[in-house]
Amino acid sequence: MQRNPQLNEKGELQHLLSIEGLPREILLQILDTAESFAGVTEREVKKVPLLRGKSVFNLFFEPSTRTRTTFEIAAKRLSADVINLNITVSSATKGESLLDTVANLSAMQADIFVVRHESSGAPFLIARHVKPHEHVINAGDGRHSHPTQGLLDLFTIRHYKKDFSGLTVAIVGDVLHSRVARSLIHGLTTLGAPEVRVIGPQTLLPAGVEALGVRVFHDMREGLADCDVVVMLRLQNERMRGALLPSAQEYFKHYGLTADKLALAKRDAIVMHPGPMNRGVEIDSTVADGPHSVILPQVTFGIAVRMAVMSIVAGN
Amino acid sequence: MLKLPEAERLCEQLAAELRPRVGPKSAMVGLYTGGAWLAERLHPMLGLKTPLGLMDIAFYRDDYAARGLKHDPKRTKIPFDVNGSELLLVDDVLYSGRTIRAAMNELFDYGRPASISLVVLVDRGGRQLPICAQHIGARVEVPPGMRLTLKKQDSGKLTLALESERAT
Repeated sequence: MQRNPQLNEKGELQHLLSIEGLPREILLQILDTAESFAGVTEREVKKVPLLRGKSVFNLFFEPSTRTRTTFEIAAKRLSADVINLNITVSSATKGESLLDTVANLSAMQADIFVVRHESSGAPFLIARHVKPHEHVINAGDGRHSHPTQGLLDLFTIRHYKKDFSGLTVAIVGDVLHSRVARSLIHGLTTLGAPEVRVIGPQTLLPAGVEALGVRVFHDMREGLADCDVVVMLRLQNERMRGALLPSAQEYFKHYGLTADKLALAKRDAIVMHPGPMNRGVEIDSTVADGPHSVILPQVTFGIAVRMAVMSIVAGN
Repeated sequence: MLKLPEAERLCEQLAAELRPRVGPKSAMVGLYTGGAWLAERLHPMLGLKTPLGLMDIAFYRDDYAARGLKHDPKRTKIPFDVNGSELLLVDDVLYSGRTIRAAMNELFDYGRPASISLVVLVDRGGRQLPICAQHIGARVEVPPGMRLTLKKQDSGKLTLALESERAT
């Protein structure tokens, strides 16, 4: 059997490429470690010396503000040196191959590569070619996976709901194109959430999504009934042009989260969104800014979760 | 067979020794896991006004490069202002001194204490750094290759135990 490409020979996390295939113990190790780092981010001196002398290269082949910034903050709070490379305007446009780019950065003594790429699998390819002391963290690859977002979603759910047993979680919207949804579904099923629902129009749900262990709803009101957690996904504007949807107004009417639809969920339900939000398309402002929303805490927790992932892989 | 002192008795003895030295600026921080148990015991015995602080030095260890991050770091909680405080830093067993160095580094990221005194249940010698304790329950000669640890029974009773380093 082929070894899990994310784990070393001792079964420890060497690279973080995908939540899929990670054992429960490692997911819990990351969440527990992030819990301790959350304490560090509340102090006056928000820095620990763990990654002093290490270099973290942020390789973003696709634009991102929030993810790149939170990775940068996380690395700096671990005392690492951070180098941000915006490859869309760099060597790639001059024709350098992905592996040549990485080999060059490796020659500059990188320790961690944080990679975002529009092609699914790019971080896996890099992980197969880096030196043993180098680590790769997937910051989103194509439609495939966005493991640190999935982990921060899990962290947020555990923070507000204490544990996963007994929880009903609904993921609403464009599951088909969402790497966030996939990562979160794998994480929730691994950690034992008994009911994960996906809600959306047929055209935006992947065929055979039930095989991931989720219940499928096309009617949002039915799907939201008695949920503990509602995760809204961003509707990408280009989907409208792709004829998958009639219009943003029509989408909002059926799948936009409004206060009256949210009232069908449990009274203490939390509302999450990976950002960036389209207000008035997938979520109403009264909900996004309302008492159930934990969208901004998610961003803060993302820093602690990324600190945990970097310090665990760099130590293995 | 080495006879180990009774942890409960040492705890009483430390409390008696510390009591006359406690003042309005005194505060206590216990180091996970054994030092936290000891501090949870000493803190009410001394009647300290400030809430107890608990610290896990996982993010400040000097062997991270060799051993990586330990699996279940606890969240450090210092619920008082460290600036100007007279700190009692509490650990169960003082050995190489490396844990205490890491703890002091972490403490200074919370503020600048007026002073730090080290309180340990047992000093087993074997220091690798210039660190010494101000308040010591007992000095015990422990053979190399053996680990001396504090245990907490289900009843809450504290006991000292000796085990082979290979077993842990």
